Amino acid sequence: MNLEGLLLLFFAGGAVLGGLLMLVARHPMRVALALICSMLSLAGIYAMLGVHVIAVFQVLIYVGAVMVFMVYVIMLLDVRDPSFVRRYSHVLVPGVIAGLLLVAALGFAAMRPGNVMAAAAQPGVSYLIQPFSAAFLRTYWLHFELTSVLLVAAVVAAIAVIKGGRRHDG
Amino acid sequence: MDRTQLLLGVSFALFGIGLVGVLIRRNALVMLMCMELMLNGVVLSLVTFSQQTATLSGAVLVFLIFVVAAAEIGIAIPIVLLLSRQRRTLDVEAYDSLKG
Repeated sequence: MNLEGLLLLFFAGGAVLGGLLMLVARHPMRVALALICSMLSLAGIYAMLGVHVIAVFQVLIYVGAVMVFMVYVIMLLDVRDPSFVRRYSHVLVPGVIAGLLLVAALGFAAMRPGNVMAAAAQPGVSYLIQPFSAAFLRTYWLHFELTSVLLVAAVVAAIAVIKGGRRHDG
Repeated sequence: MDRTQLLLGVSFALFGIGLVGVLIRRNALVMLMCMELMLNGVVLSLVTFSQQTATLSGAVLVFLIFVVAAAEIGIAIPIVLLLSRQRRTLDVEAYDSLKG
């Protein structure tokens, strides 16, 4: 096995290990750190696949924006909460069994010989920034503009949620 | 086991772990983070398939999904803040007033 395969295995293991740590960690800050580890491993996988644009977006948007926001909220809400001590709800055993069954079914469907998923990977198209941005701004410019509308709507909705809650309190 | 199958296996494992986390954890913020993990697993399978078909539109779709996920977190965290302000706790078992 060459170096590329080893690195891919390393990042894949890091992603799954981060996810498993999320299930057992007690404090939400540790859960957030495990999720950041998992996301960084996924960015490594994307870089190994040659999809550098998506790897950069994964680090910038997910780790840089979303998770920093999450960590900030965890710091803001650092109260002694009963959910820190009792981590699991009463559906612990059925939940784990259902999750294992789901993963087993999905894995069985994917690993079945001769289906579409297991077809050999074609040589990939180049995902450099230039063809990506050309396709982005020539073909998909309408979608790009629609995402800006969506973001404005999200900002307005967040402000409305906070204001509405304040009125309900007072 | 080739590369596609390995990546699909990782994607399924991440989705399953996230689903189990949403089901079994009690903290609302931790449940939110487990949902993010589910989304990350699905995005990994999308990237794998878009590489298999060698199209650029998959990368554009992944970018749009990232933007939607950022908007989703931007809405979900104010809701969690509002909930914790009302009941002074993040434990979802305190919010069972909708249960019949």
